[in-house]
Amino acid sequence: MGKTFAEKILAKKAGKDSVVPGEIVVVKPDYVMSHDNSAAIYGKFKSIGAEKVYNPEQVLIVLDHCVPAANEKYATNHKTVREFVEKYGIKNFYDINTGVCHQVVIEKGYARPGRLIVGSDSHTVSYGALGAFSCGIGRSEAAAIWATGEIWLKVPQTIKVVFKGKLNENATAKDTMLYLIGKIGADGALYKSVEFTGEGVKEFSIADRIVFSNMSVEMGAKNGYFAPDEKTYEYLKSRGISEGEYDVILPDEDAEYEQVIEIDLSEIKPQVAKPHTVDNVAPVEEVKGTKIHQALIGTCTNGRIEDIRAAVKILEGRKVNPKVRLLVFPASMEVYMQALKEGLFEKILEAGGIVMNPGCGPCLGAHEGVLAPGEVCISTANRNFKGRMGCKEAFIYLASPETVAASAIKGEICSVEDLK
Amino acid sequence: MKIFKYGDDVNTDVIFPGKYTYTITDPYEMAKHALEDLDPDFVKTVEKGDIIVAGKNFGCGSSREQAATCIKYAGVDVIIAKSFSRIFYRNCINSGLLAIECPEVVDKITKDSKIEIKREENKLIVDGVEYSYPPIPEAVRDIIDDGGLIPHLQKKFKKG
Repeated sequence: MGKTFAEKILAKKAGKDSVVPGEIVVVKPDYVMSHDNSAAIYGKFKSIGAEKVYNPEQVLIVLDHCVPAANEKYATNHKTVREFVEKYGIKNFYDINTGVCHQVVIEKGYARPGRLIVGSDSHTVSYGALGAFSCGIGRSEAAAIWATGEIWLKVPQTIKVVFKGKLNENATAKDTMLYLIGKIGADGALYKSVEFTGEGVKEFSIADRIVFSNMSVEMGAKNGYFAPDEKTYEYLKSRGISEGEYDVILPDEDAEYEQVIEIDLSEIKPQVAKPHTVDNVAPVEEVKGTKIHQALIGTCTNGRIEDIRAAVKILEGRKVNPKVRLLVFPASMEVYMQALKEGLFEKILEAGGIVMNPGCGPCLGAHEGVLAPGEVCISTANRNFKGRMGCKEAFIYLASPETVAASAIKGEICSVEDLK
Repeated sequence: MKIFKYGDDVNTDVIFPGKYTYTITDPYEMAKHALEDLDPDFVKTVEKGDIIVAGKNFGCGSSREQAATCIKYAGVDVIIAKSFSRIFYRNCINSGLLAIECPEVVDKITKDSKIEIKREENKLIVDGVEYSYPPIPEAVRDIIDDGGLIPHLQKKFKKG
């Protein structure tokens, strides 16, 4: 019997010939990623009593959650992280001028086929887009890896998602992922590894694939994997990573899957996740006309250059509704520079939008655009939980950059088609 | 012992809001905000030894460990649910919080139920009826027995 991607990579990393779902393996991850919470992890690390960091090369830190610091507490937090980095000689450190951690991990070439990366952030699953095995862990576990270099992982069962056909012009990867989450639910892939496969995958860019991998945790998944292909190799090459610098691990053709889910891409229409859960999904059509107060384009889900280009295409020559605040957060400084060079910011500003610095912004309710009671926000982010954007009496809808831009223009939820 | 009963998909944002994740560092302070956006009465009435009973996918969403920490420091040592989100489940183990996955018992439990937990046997007795739950994997049992991952490692490093 063949093996799934998760079974193959976890066996390899554990130094075993083969493993089975349910088995617990102890592995040394290639990297352990953390962000602003590195200060708290440092506190736990100190309490363990380890005298040194087991492997400083394994530690990867990106400050992104509340950057620049919104108040003294956040500032002190960042200061502690910088002190840790200095003291223990952590080279893989990116300060507040770099971007959202998951985008940075991908851009800087840490995420590669065959790598095992864990991170004290649930959206660490994003790196599956490049053929890595990556998953979120807790703070204590991150501290434990700093001290010991290793972690235990349970070998998951695997769900195979098969994309058939082709997306219509008005539908996107985000719409497809929201549709899938709505279909199987917030626990539809609980504890499971997900492999995104099928003819339809070829059409998805790396940016698109990151959307799927990033949001696979919203259906409970442990990781969301795309088998590396020409698009992956091309992307890696563009990052200066050549063949031989990564290890392509593919599932066997006769691998055993817990479940196979088929999605016909030609049937996907623009979707939204309605308040207050990500699996509360409906076609945009159903909530058309819902008044909005804020529109957010950015985050680790949809803050890439492709997303900003798509939004600007809609914003160009139009005006944001005067009752709406449009906030744009490029996912990284590299995306920011590229958008600047392409003249995209000028068009956003002319439309009446605001361009913010790269970072998580208000996605987790810390700063830079939190909501007031009764307000409605449409966002390209990955979560719409109650209180997520800082106010438990606010309402968050999730959608594609295209739908968010169109809604910002209209002042109410609508699809791009509705602007015509 | 009181029972707090909740539904499906209780997420970490309503257990411990993101706006506090970098401003509150003391676990007892965290406990004052436990389940704040789900059930504001929880912190007002919770006492040591109370139990949380919930539906499927408890603790979904963010990886924030404070979601487990705040519940533990509020006095709850046991959560019984139909299923747990994977990172939250790990965080429970690492915090020394017993997360019992027992889907068949959840709907039988009411606020007035009598619950007895036989940890050694992986069994629950609810209103006189016995239920088994899957044992904690052998490999991680040491972590729970030591009261969580940090105390577990402290022991290890002390030994050298």
